[in-house]
Amino acid sequence: MPETQHQLFSDTDSDACLVRTEAFEGPLDLLLHLIRKNEVDIYNIPMAEITRQYIDYLDLMRELNLDVAGEFLVMASTLIQIKSQMLLPLPDDPELEEDRIEDPRAELVRRLLDYERYRDASIQLASRTLLERDVFARNFAVPEAEQAAADSAVIPDVELFELVDAFRRILAKVPLESFHEVGSENISIADRISDVLEMIKQSDAVDFEELFAGSSTREYIVATFLAILELCRLRMIKIMQFESFGRILVKSAIIAADGEGEQGE
Amino acid sequence: MSNSELKQIVESILFVADAPLSYDRLYTLLEEFDREEIRGAVEAVATDYCGAGRGVELVQVAGGYQFRSRPEYADYIRRLRKVKPARFTPSALETLAIIAYRQPVTRGEVEYLRGVDSGGVLKSLLDKKLIRIIGKKDIPGKPLIYGTTREFMETFSLKDLRSLPTLREIEELADSSSDPDQVPLPLPE
Repeated sequence: MPETQHQLFSDTDSDACLVRTEAFEGPLDLLLHLIRKNEVDIYNIPMAEITRQYIDYLDLMRELNLDVAGEFLVMASTLIQIKSQMLLPLPDDPELEEDRIEDPRAELVRRLLDYERYRDASIQLASRTLLERDVFARNFAVPEAEQAAADSAVIPDVELFELVDAFRRILAKVPLESFHEVGSENISIADRISDVLEMIKQSDAVDFEELFAGSSTREYIVATFLAILELCRLRMIKIMQFESFGRILVKSAIIAADGEGEQGE
Repeated sequence: MSNSELKQIVESILFVADAPLSYDRLYTLLEEFDREEIRGAVEAVATDYCGAGRGVELVQVAGGYQFRSRPEYADYIRRLRKVKPARFTPSALETLAIIAYRQPVTRGEVEYLRGVDSGGVLKSLLDKKLIRIIGKKDIPGKPLIYGTTREFMETFSLKDLRSLPTLREIEELADSSSDPDQVPLPLPE
């Protein structure tokens, strides 16, 4: 079994960047994704491998300087704790019969299954016929209520993880290391912000990947990505994606600012 | 008044109503009519509209009846309404699902099940009136407890809370549907 499992987990560091990121809602979602992706038995999770992949993912988040939410870190330490607990020999006590020695993974498995159930339920909910999406009823315009609805209807058009995903693809194209490093060239995010703004100003909407054109080093790409995130935070640009996994477009939000309302989050 | 006219009366009231109308509400509005006959009239209207050749139907939702456009014409109606179609983030849906199935439920319970902080999501769901605070739980700290609202049932086209599929049914659905869809990982030779 260990042999075949090793085969399954062949995504070593070289292509770790190809792991597709989905919009993970939290540590449980990420863990479930890793378990399903590796097609391992949820009742017999290979802790070492899953923990490694989990931590790899957090490392990438950190490399992007994204705030890794505390919950992700708590889960990482839980995983490591379970992993080490499994290395310990079982207590050689006849008093403790099998049913009393619980697998250290048991609670985690219960939580994962519970979570999966509610996540499936949420997918079911979304697939119902939704009012104001699939079906419509006569409604009576109450100006205030309408305004409130318009405000809350504004949601980010692109999920963060889709951006991260696109970023990973760009990052993967750049060689991991360069060998003739002379001195570190300082690339400031402020410079990249003005470059990006300049690029956007020239055309209506720019392909997300185009903004990275001419990038050669990881530092440069990371700075560009952070610049885009910063501009998005300042609501100076709008990031759109018209279909799932489609092209991500970036356009200036300053011109369109009047009728468009603001971008949430 | 004759029965046939009652049907028209019911139809006109349902047409003008701005929210699903329950039988109780109809009984009060039409107190001069026999309750059995009102029920019959509502069902007759519903049958009229469920036939072919109609763009709207009378649906049972949130404990009442409401005229709604048929889902197949959603694209056309969106041309009329300039608002973006209602969309929910996965975190909002997860939180809603947990509250719908576990209510009354505290924020702590939601967060344990989701594994993430859910304060922001709860607030936005409260703002959208999809959930409400039912009260406080009688445990240390007296945390607030949440439940779903009538708007939740209206939005998700639920006749009542009992018509949510059970979690077991969902599990079976997920099990049977995930297998054919799953693309096997290309295993290295």
